[in-house]
Amino acid sequence: MHEVSIQITVNDKIIEKNIMPNVLLIDFLREELKLTGSHVGCDTSQCGACMVFYDETAIKACSILVAQLNGKKISTIENLEKDGVLHPMQEAFRNNHGLQCGFCTPGMIISAISLVKKNNNPDESTIRKHLEGNLCRCTGYQNIVKSIEEGANKMRELGDI
Amino acid sequence: MYQFNYHSPKNIEEALNIYNTCEEPKFLAGGMTLIASMKQRLIAPSDLIDLRTISNLSEISLNNNIIRIGSLCSHDKISNNDIIKSNIVNMSKLASGIGDPAVRNMGTIGGSIANSDPAADWPAAVLALNSNIVTNNREINNKEVFTNMFETCLEENEIITEINFEIPEFFNYIKFPNPASRYAIVGVAIAKYENKVSVAISGASHTPFIAKELSEALTMNFSDNIPLNTISSDELNEDIHASSEYRANLIDVLTKKVLKTY
Repeated sequence: MHEVSIQITVNDKIIEKNIMPNVLLIDFLREELKLTGSHVGCDTSQCGACMVFYDETAIKACSILVAQLNGKKISTIENLEKDGVLHPMQEAFRNNHGLQCGFCTPGMIISAISLVKKNNNPDESTIRKHLEGNLCRCTGYQNIVKSIEEGANKMRELGDI
Repeated sequence: MYQFNYHSPKNIEEALNIYNTCEEPKFLAGGMTLIASMKQRLIAPSDLIDLRTISNLSEISLNNNIIRIGSLCSHDKISNNDIIKSNIVNMSKLASGIGDPAVRNMGTIGGSIANSDPAADWPAAVLALNSNIVTNNREINNKEVFTNMFETCLEENEIITEINFEIPEFFNYIKFPNPASRYAIVGVAIAKYENKVSVAISGASHTPFIAKELSEALTMNFSDNIPLNTISSDELNEDIHASSEYRANLIDVLTKKVLKTY
């Protein structure tokens, strides 16, 4: 079996590597790049804890091979905070106690931002429907929904959409 | 996941050439089923041939009364496309009900058809609407595509390039989704043309199928006063999610529900 040579941009950094084709993006991020913010919850593309940005869209990093991403851009939860300032969506999760154990939170935040990029004023039912692919076993989702409402408002005010 | 070789062809011809030289190759579209199955070691292809690197397979166009959808169009793209929204709005709704947002960003219509999951949503739309599956070497009539559970009439080295749908007078698809996977426990698609109505059922049997009696009755009289229990529960799936009797009943319930949206 042959390695493939790839060039992939992760969090604005260009990486060139030879890699085995069966390496999943989530394993590459966590094991190779030590970006452990994206989590493996279910490993069967149900839970969404591994969500990252592929360009502007949110994808599940457990269900895509690095080889498929040659020449593409990936952005993870680690890339949201800039110069010590949290992204407005992260800030909103903190303000509203939008997490308990925090395991699903990276995926929740990526998913929430991808929603707001498409719909900058989502109502509660839109948010709940959008979170179909993100499972949380602690919060009961109430505060996550509240957080996303506040995060969307903040992103809109800041023109970050 | 077992080891395999990965290929990124530039065009269909190159993809077919690679296919012919490999031991047990598989074409890769969005990978939402294939990669998951490989992770579980349910399948172990020797080579993956990535079709997403072929550029011209994700267009959507309208010509006369026919909508052409490139096989590599993602469900998300289809659900947001203006041509589809303004001509078969409920097809865009079908696309936006598949899986979850991240799955819709990657999963493709061609992949869904080639995979022929009996509980998937696209096969019901393909069967109900007047449609053709276009591949690298032929056009396949919609009624011939789905032959069995996870089986189609596609040849080994045949690639779906686009799907053509004739715009109907009316189309809608409603499913009773499994709450975890969003796959259809039963889904009903109805398409009405000037002199023909087709009712297609997903999720209920080992393969999506046309409900013949319902289609004939609705062709004669397009109303929600439908003949009941036309499909015997003996022919339907039974599993932890639903008994076959329950599925048979859902077919009638969902058919009426679709008709109420006319």
